[in-house]
Amino acid sequence: MTVLTPEGTTPPNSSAASRRALVLIELDGSSGEPIDASLRAAGLARSLGPVSAVVFGDGAVFEGGAVLEGGAVLEGGPVFESGAPSGLGATDVYLVEPSSVEGYAPVAWARVLVGLMAETGASAVLAAGTDRGNEVMAHLGAITGLPMAANCVTVSQEGPAHRLVRQRWAGLLLEDAVLEAPVALLTVASDAIAESVPAGTLSATADTSSAGPTVHVHKPDLAEADLAVRAAESAAGAGGVSLASARVVVGGGRGVGGPDGFAPLEELASLLGGVVGVSRVVTSEGWRPHRQQVGQTGTKITPELYLACGISGAIQHIAGCAGAKHIIAINTDPGAPILAHADYAVIGDLHQVVPALVAALRDRS
Amino acid sequence: MDILVCVKRVPTVGGKITLTEDGQDVDTRMSGFTVSPHEECAVEEAVQITERLGGTVSVLTLGAEVAIEQLRDALALGAGRAVLLETDGREYGPIATAEAIAAEVRSGGYGLVLLGNEASDTGDYQVGIRVAHLLGWPVATGIKKLGITPTSLAASREYRGVEETFTLPLPAVVTVKEGINLPRYPSLPGRLRAKRAAVERTEVEWQAEGLRKERLRVPETIKHQAEVLGNGVDAVPDLVRVLDELGIA
Ligand SMILES: Cc1cc2nc3c(=O)[nH]c(=O)nc-3n(C[C@H](O)[C@H](O)[C@H](O)COP(=O)(O)OP(=O)(O)OC[C@H]3O[C@@H](n4cnc5c(N)ncnc54)[C@H](O)[C@@H]3O)c2cc1C
Ligand SMILES: Nc1ncnc2c1ncn2[C@@H]1O[C@H](COP(=O)(O)O)[C@@H](O)[C@H]1O
Repeated sequence: MTVLTPEGTTPPNSSAASRRALVLIELDGSSGEPIDASLRAAGLARSLGPVSAVVFGDGAVFEGGAVLEGGAVLEGGPVFESGAPSGLGATDVYLVEPSSVEGYAPVAWARVLVGLMAETGASAVLAAGTDRGNEVMAHLGAITGLPMAANCVTVSQEGPAHRLVRQRWAGLLLEDAVLEAPVALLTVASDAIAESVPAGTLSATADTSSAGPTVHVHKPDLAEADLAVRAAESAAGAGGVSLASARVVVGGGRGVGGPDGFAPLEELASLLGGVVGVSRVVTSEGWRPHRQQVGQTGTKITPELYLACGISGAIQHIAGCAGAKHIIAINTDPGAPILAHADYAVIGDLHQVVPALVAALRDRS
Repeated sequence: MDILVCVKRVPTVGGKITLTEDGQDVDTRMSGFTVSPHEECAVEEAVQITERLGGTVSVLTLGAEVAIEQLRDALALGAGRAVLLETDGREYGPIATAEAIAAEVRSGGYGLVLLGNEASDTGDYQVGIRVAHLLGWPVATGIKKLGITPTSLAASREYRGVEETFTLPLPAVVTVKEGINLPRYPSLPGRLRAKRAAVERTEVEWQAEGLRKERLRVPETIKHQAEVLGNGVDAVPDLVRVLDELGIA
């Protein structure tokens, strides 16, 4: 574990120079690109010092074994063609050799971070505040005995400590906190209500050296036990675009009226290249499966557009859709709370408006 | 199978969260208390498992004496035994909480510990995992489907459109999410039994942790009143125009 120099014995500049942030990058299973939430984590990491990125390369990245042949990767293997490293602003990228960790094994991923934390002398380790990011970082906290702060929105250094703002109540509240630990373990909120990461934070100390990052193929030393808990994957019921990463989400609430009312919403979603999301009323009534629920106890979404139909906009629902870039509401009630979060609204019966919108969009194509 | 379920007392939040004047806590003068929906599902899951396989359900909370209310709620739903890890009323961090829960597990002969994936209030996303490491047990988190035999379990969740299944030997720790089941309502006999049931109590010391809360804040949401495009189907042309402008359609 990194030993901290006692406060005051190091000149401020050199202590800043010795900081390094290690960030876990999750890749999208189909495109092989870093997911947005990981880019956000990398952005916050850059504000803490030079960044070393860690990538577990099953799937697209290592296709064809290009990495293991060495040269190709260093000049720009599959990962780099996608522009990932420059997007990450990392000085170093550690590609974890795929044969050493096959598939997702949370304890093994955490062990890899333990090793790289020591190797790079990182003063902070970050990951996206996703299911996997929070899980791996909690394992890292448990293995090292370090505290872990989940779903941070901003973070800055203050002497040997970190001052941070993190989400509580699924983002309905913010906590100002101080983290005192030899290494700061943080996950970064994948959305943020209103007080999103200030633009300056994201690009503050981005490493823009044209040389690009140094790539290391990392062969971790893992015990059998670290690999014992491992995900077996199968295509989920719905498959296709996932709610968390969809570009467009068409939301349906109690106003849809029943399980049969969703066909026009499905049609609209597919015309717009999106998916259907629902409120908790809809899942607890059994109209739709819980995996489609948006909100505090469902999924947090971050689409370009959220089209909320027949949804009142309870705060527990807003907790899940506040990360949408734009919100349009279709509601019979001009006083519905959702209107205070929406950019545009249509006042009317969704059973008329949605089919008419579908027809209008079809007419054009 | 003997199962331990961990629940946390939190304020019931309706339309709006307000804070105490010093910004240290949620103002609960006007609210009731509950547990997270994930934890309600954990209780239900445990009861269903013991209905199938036999065994007992114990429910545990770490909190002040008032948290006995939440233990009784779980007893009314079918838990048979209640354990209060009594605090001095302060907010205990996830490390202290996990250590206290692990100590109870060691003394209890449990085959399975169920928790919520995250607590409603702090959202620390870690107590279950810390408990598992302290015990040296395997753990699966965020679980929405659980198949269980006397010696092992298969726990599934969704991850970006893919279903992930973890197979764990028992004993194990599992954290669950809403959606794994539909919790039942308490029955009248259940409520009466819960009222009379004994609660085992152990005191737990507060300890300082590296993450220190300074204060809570309500985020300043940029409340913009929506631009109303129109009423009913007449608004559709404008709606299409907006979709165009946003680059969606
Ligand atoms: C701990 C906790 C966690 C929760 N987590 C979540 C969560 O994750 N996600 C979530 O969504 N909720 C969650 N809730 C529930 C939340 O508080 C609300 O109850 C729920 O979001 C309401 O769903 P709704 O908007 O569909 O229904 P309602 O609030 O009943 O609203 C229906 C809306 O539809 C409109 N409407 C009716 N008919 C029509 C029509 N024909 N055309 C157009 N509009 C129409 C009405 O004007 C109204 O605005 C949670 C609650 C708690 C206590
Ligand atoms: N004070 C507590 N008492 C009992 N269980 C708790 C307590 N705090 C957390 N837990 C359990 O741990 C889960 C995860 O909490 P957290 O890691 O704090 O988000 C919760 O859903 C509970 O099941």
